[in-house]
Amino acid sequence: MPDPILQTRDLNSYYGDFQALYDVELDVGEGEVLAIIGANGAGKSTLMRSITGLLTNGRGQIHYRGQDISRLRADEVAELGLAMVPEGRQLFPSLSVKENLMIGAQVGRKGPWDLKAVYDLFPILEERKDQASTSLSGGQQQMVAIGRALMANPDLILFDEVSLGLAPIIIKDIYEALPGIIGEGMSAIIVEQDITKALSVSSRVFCLQEGRVSLESASDTVSREDISRAYFGIE
Amino acid sequence: MEWLNAIVQGTLLGGLYALFAAGLSLIFGVMRLVNIAHGDLIVLAAYLGLTVTTATGMHPMAALVIVVPAMALIGYALQRGLLNQTLGDDILPPLLVTFGLSVIIQNGLLEVYTADPQTLNAGALETASVAVGGVSLGILPLLTFGIAIAVIWGLQWTFYHTALGRAFRAVSDNQDIAQLMGLNRRHIFGLAMALALGVTAIAGILLGIRTSFDPSIGGGRLIFGFEAVIIGGLGNLWGTLVGGVILGVAQTIGAKIDPGWQVLAGHIAFLVILAVRPNGLFPRVSG
Repeated sequence: MPDPILQTRDLNSYYGDFQALYDVELDVGEGEVLAIIGANGAGKSTLMRSITGLLTNGRGQIHYRGQDISRLRADEVAELGLAMVPEGRQLFPSLSVKENLMIGAQVGRKGPWDLKAVYDLFPILEERKDQASTSLSGGQQQMVAIGRALMANPDLILFDEVSLGLAPIIIKDIYEALPGIIGEGMSAIIVEQDITKALSVSSRVFCLQEGRVSLESASDTVSREDISRAYFGIE
Repeated sequence: MEWLNAIVQGTLLGGLYALFAAGLSLIFGVMRLVNIAHGDLIVLAAYLGLTVTTATGMHPMAALVIVVPAMALIGYALQRGLLNQTLGDDILPPLLVTFGLSVIIQNGLLEVYTADPQTLNAGALETASVAVGGVSLGILPLLTFGIAIAVIWGLQWTFYHTALGRAFRAVSDNQDIAQLMGLNRRHIFGLAMALALGVTAIAGILLGIRTSFDPSIGGGRLIFGFEAVIIGGLGNLWGTLVGGVILGVAQTIGAKIDPGWQVLAGHIAFLVILAVRPNGLFPRVSG
C-alpha cells in the first residue's frame, strides 16, 4: 500500500457520556479511495466528524501526513487539505449557489479546482448560480455540496452519504462523475449505505458495526457473506 | 404645518434610533446574541468621545476617527475574551453575561466620569438649520439621518457583496459546516462584534452631540434600539431604519399631543405593531 495520507490509531469518540467509536484503526493511502459501510448508527458519521475536527479527539489518535491533527479545530484541519461533502448536503441557505461554491475556496489552497472547473463538471450550476441554494433540486444541491468541497482543492475528500435521499438516476449520475473528481492524485473516503455503489468506486472497504471496525478488505475480492456478517453481526 | 413638522422631526430622529438598532441587529443576525449591554456601550462611546474631544480639542465628529476604531477593538476583545464563551445552544448565558456587563460599564463610567450630565460640544453644528417649505430642519438631525442611511447601506453592502459578509451569513446559517470551510467562527464573531461596536461608536457620538448624557441612560437607548429592530423585523437592516423612523415619528407626535407622552407614545406604537405583526414589518424571508 502507498504511504498513508490519513491514519487513525485507537480512535475513541464520544458524544457526552456516550461512546460512539471504539479503537478504530484505519489508513487511507495517497491517491486511494476507501469505502466505509455500515448500518445506521454504526458510527460512520461520527468517524467523519472526528476526522474533520468537528468532534474533539484524544491526542495522537488521528494523523494526517504524519502530523497529529486530533486536537485541531475543523477550520485548521480544512486548511491542511481535508474537505468534506457532509451528509444531507447542508448548503448555506442564505447564500446563492455561486456564494456556496466560493465559500469552499475560503481556505485559499491552490489547485485545479475553481469556479470554472466546477461549472465545467456540473454545467447546470452555472445556469443556476444566482439562485438561492435551497431552490435547487436535491441532486443539484448535492452537486453544489460536492463543488463546494472541491473548491478547497483538498488532498483528501470525504463523501458522507452522498446518495442519501436522492433518486436512483441522480445517484447514478453522481457516481459516474466521481472518478473524474477523485482523479488527479486526490484521496477519498466514501461513506455509503449502498454497498454495491461503495464497492464499485473504491479499492478497499471498511465496515463499521456498533462503533468498531468489523471488516477490512479489498473491494474487488470481498464476498457477500463477509459483508453480511460484518454489517449485521450474524455469526 | 405643525403636524408635518412633528412627522419630519420624528423621521430624522428615527435615523438616530436606527443607528442604535443597527449594531443590535447585526450581532443578533450573525451570532444569535442578544446584547443587553448595547445601550451602555453606546454611552461608553459617547464618553470616549468626551475624553478625546477634551484632551485634544478635536471636534466631536472628527473624534470619530479615534472612537470608531477604539470601540471596534473593544468589540473584538470582548467577543473573543468573554462573549464567545457564553454562546451555545442555550440563549440564557449570553443574556446574563451581557446584563452583568451592562452593570459593570455603568458603574465603571460612574466611577471615572461621575454622575454629572455631560454633552459633546459641536459648536455651530448643534444649532444650525435650514428652512424647507416652512419646516425648519436642523443640520445635525439631517446629518444623523444621512449617516444612518449611509451606515445601513454600508452594512448591507458588506453583508451581500464581500467575502466577510459571506462568512457572516455562512456562520449564521450553520456554524459547524462554516468551520469545515476553514472559517474560524470565534474570529468571525469577533469581527462581527467589532463592526457592530464601530456603528455603536457613531451612534454614541451623535447621541452625545444631540442631548446630554450620564452613565445611567444606556437602558433607555437599549429599549429604543430593541423596539426599532423588532418593528422592522429581525435580521433586516433596512427594516431597522423603518423601525427607527416609526418609533421617532410616534414619539414626536406623542410629544405634540402632550409633552409627557413622548416616550409612552413610542412604546405604544411598538406594542401595537408587535400585536398586529408579531414578526415585525419586514422579517427576513428565510429563517
